[in-house]
Order: sequence, then structure tokens, then C-alpha cells
Amino acid sequence: MPAPPVSGVTMSCNRARLATALAVLLVGCDAPLPRTGEASRVLLATTTSTANSGLLDHLLPIFQRQTGIRVDAVAVGTGAALRLAERGDADLVLVHDPRAEEAFVARGSGEARIPLMRNDFVLVGPATDPASVEACGGTIEAFRRIARRGSPFVSRGDSSGTHARELSLWRLAGVLRPGAWCLEAGQGMAGCLTLADEMSAYALTDRATFLALADRLQLRPLVQGDSLLANPYSLILVDPRLRAGGNHAGARRLVEWLTSLEGRRRIADFRARGEMLFVPEGGPPG
Amino acid sequence: MSFLWAGLLEALDRIAHLDRDLVGALAITLRVSISSTLIASFLALPLAFLLAMRRFRGKRLVLAGLKTALAVPTVVVALFVYSLVARNAPLGGLGILFTPTAIVIGQVLLILPLLVALIHGALESSTRTVYEEALLLGASPAAAFWKTIVEAGGGVTTAVMAGFGRVVSEIGVSLILGGNIRGFTRTMTTAIALETNQGNFAQAIALGFLLLCIVLVLNLVIQLAGRQPDAV
Repeated sequence: MPAPPVSGVTMSCNRARLATALAVLLVGCDAPLPRTGEASRVLLATTTSTANSGLLDHLLPIFQRQTGIRVDAVAVGTGAALRLAERGDADLVLVHDPRAEEAFVARGSGEARIPLMRNDFVLVGPATDPASVEACGGTIEAFRRIARRGSPFVSRGDSSGTHARELSLWRLAGVLRPGAWCLEAGQGMAGCLTLADEMSAYALTDRATFLALADRLQLRPLVQGDSLLANPYSLILVDPRLRAGGNHAGARRLVEWLTSLEGRRRIADFRARGEMLFVPEGGPPG
Repeated sequence: MSFLWAGLLEALDRIAHLDRDLVGALAITLRVSISSTLIASFLALPLAFLLAMRRFRGKRLVLAGLKTALAVPTVVVALFVYSLVARNAPLGGLGILFTPTAIVIGQVLLILPLLVALIHGALESSTRTVYEEALLLGASPAAAFWKTIVEAGGGVTTAVMAGFGRVVSEIGVSLILGGNIRGFTRTMTTAIALETNQGNFAQAIALGFLLLCIVLVLNLVIQLAGRQPDAV
């Protein structure tokens, strides 16, 4: 009687059944179920700066509590967010590149730009300031000096809102093609600042990220407050025709909430070291 | 170096407070990774078996192709799936982009070649003899198939654990197909990427350390529950 082989097979068959049941259970309890989850959630495509600052983690749960609408935020960077939306993979975008936003609306992919909040960019660099940009009389002059001297500058090098601003500033400074001194890091803001820190290079950063890392960096803010460094964030509702089965109504409610007194107060409440990270359009309420 | 140590301390602190985000990310990681490993294993076992049993022209080409598939970057696998499940793509109507289901699909595709290659390697030498012997002893084809798997024992387990290790540590698929949505598709690895992007190196290390601890526990359980290891 071939007992051992058969019983060995039976035991393993039972283990197989157990494993199958486990697998089905695990995949099955993928809650909420894809279909219902998809239909009722609002898909917001946004930038890395809004996500990394923690602003959305602060705002969205409040909105969900008050309205019952779930918002899933996918932080991919301005360029990617707009492209994603054109493919119909988002209901709403929150980005900071006015030129790209206007082109997006002009193409008919979005209804209109709805200004939501702003903060500013800062040109940071080593304390030694080799290109003498501090107090040189403006951002354009600062960029000109960096280019003239060929001082190392770390660029985002991705199609982020920050990168778009860098490019427009180089253009305004008359620098058509930055040389080898302009290092395209292809990383997020924190990565670029860390790199710039290591290399004692200049960089353009949003104030929020810089504040978050300031303790760890030797870099200092050298040029700020210029109107060219204003950093406005806008919402754009994606044309619902691009996205079958999306939640356009929910997205519209989110826009209304964010631009309402309540939303603006919540944005103003979001601070680091006592400073507002994002100033709501129209100023902080109250 | 200092943030490595700070990372360890941060990890202990988070465990102590049962940080909600941490627990959420762990749960998502385990659910997604275990699902994809099990599904891929079930698909790979019969495929590897057939590959071991059959001799056919071009078999070496197939094996070479299989092993080449091991070198595909996770991002590329993710983009392939993305092109199928995005809203205006063939499978877009299912609405699974930026959900855990999409991650599972991507991860299954990612480790399927790995599992087939490794399990085939474990089966190759003995499969035919074991299968035919089992049939001779009166087992059904299905039972005989299972016997060959059991006989390969440790080799199959190692293959499955290698597949699990691959999916639990990958970022590309989780990030691109999941979207790193907090509380929904934010896995341990995408959370690590986020912390790193924010410059929070200590927290990133902490998450990595915790992930390894969980996987270690899992491995210990499997190792102890299985047969006595004569071959690993």
C-alpha cells in the first residue's frame, strides 16, 4: 500500500486549498470594491509641493468629514498632472504653472483656472554667495549673475511648476541655454536642495520645502519677495467629457469648499513654525 | 550616518504609538503583496511544470526570454499595465487605475517570469520521473502534478519567497499604478519614497526597518510551519 506518497499529496492538497481560500479572501476584501470606489471618489491630480507639504493630508479629511465625499490625491508633479488629466485619469487638478494651465484650458481640457492659494519661490545658495546675488537688485539680475559667473545651479529638470519657473526666469535673464554649470537633478524639491547643499550650489525652491529642511541645510535664502517669485496655485475642473464615470459633481463641490470661507480658513491655518505655508487667494480670512 | 540611528529610534517610537498611517501602510503592503504572490504562484506552478515536462523546439529560447523578463524595470511593467487600464484605454471602463487592484495586476506580471524561472529550475531535474512514478502508483494527473511540486519542496518555497520579496520591496508598480494615495494605495515602499522626497531620511529608514521586521516574522512563521528543511 503506497500510504506515504498519497497522504503526503493529500496534506499538500489541503494546504493548497487553504492557500487558495486565503488568496481569494485577500483579493476579495480589496475594500472598497474597485467599481463602487471609483465611481464615488474624486480623483485629484496635483503637485509634489502640495503633497509633500502635508497640506492635502490636512485639508482632505476635513472635507470628507463635512461632505462625505472621498478625495484621492495623486501627487505626480504639475506637468504629469495636466497630462494625466487630458488622458481622462483625473477629475480635478491643482497645479502651479500659469502658462501650462492657460494652455490646458485653451485646449478645452478644463473649464477655467480657479486661483486657490499662493506662496513664493526663494533663490537659495551658499552663504559665501560667489555670484553676489544677494541684494543685487532683483531676480533677473541674480539669474544673470549666476549665468555670467557659471556658478553651479541645481535645476529640478522635471516638468514641475518649479522647473517651469526656473526656465522662464532664465529666459527673462537672457540665458537661452544654461551651460554645464546648470545641473539637472530630475528629483523632487527636497532631493534638489540636498544636492545643492552638498555642492554649495544655487537653487530655486518653494518656501515651504525650504522651511521644512532649513535646519539641515547650509543654504541661505538670498533673493525673495520679488513679484517674479510669486507662486500661485490654481484648481482646474477637468472637462467631464474626457472622463467617463468620473465624479465631476464631487470635484465641483471640492472646488466650492476650498474657495469658500471655511476652506480658505483651513488653508490659512496650515502653518510651519508659525508661518502660513500657503496664503489663500484674497488673503487669509478674518 | 546619524540619520540611520535616528531612523531606528523613530521606528521604535512609531511602533510604540501604533501610528495610524504606519499601520495602514503595513496593511496595504501585506494585502497587496500576499495577493500578488499567491496569484502569481498559482499561475506559475502549472506553467513551470509544463516547461519542465515538455521538450520542444525553441525551449532554450523560451527560457532565455523568461530570464530576460527578470530585467524589466518595475516602472516599465507599470506603464504597460497603465496603458491598458487608464481611463480611455481598452480596460479603462473597469476603473481600476489608482486602486490596489491595479497594483496587484502589475505585481503579478512583474514576478510571473521570476516564479516560472525559479520553480522550473527547482523542478527540472526530477519532474518527469516523479510524475510518471506517481501515475504508476495510481494518482490522478492533478495529484501527480502536485506531488512533483511537493517533491521539489524547498526549491518551490524559496521561489515563492523570492517572488514575495520582489513585490514587497518594489516601488515602480505601486507608485505608478497605485498613486500613493494615503490610506488606500500608500504602501510601505511608496511611503518611504514620500518621506525621502520630503527630506525625512530618518522616517524613511524607520519605515524600511519596520518593513523588514514584518517580512522576517512572516518568513519565520513559514519556515517553522513547513517541513524540516533538509534543503533550503
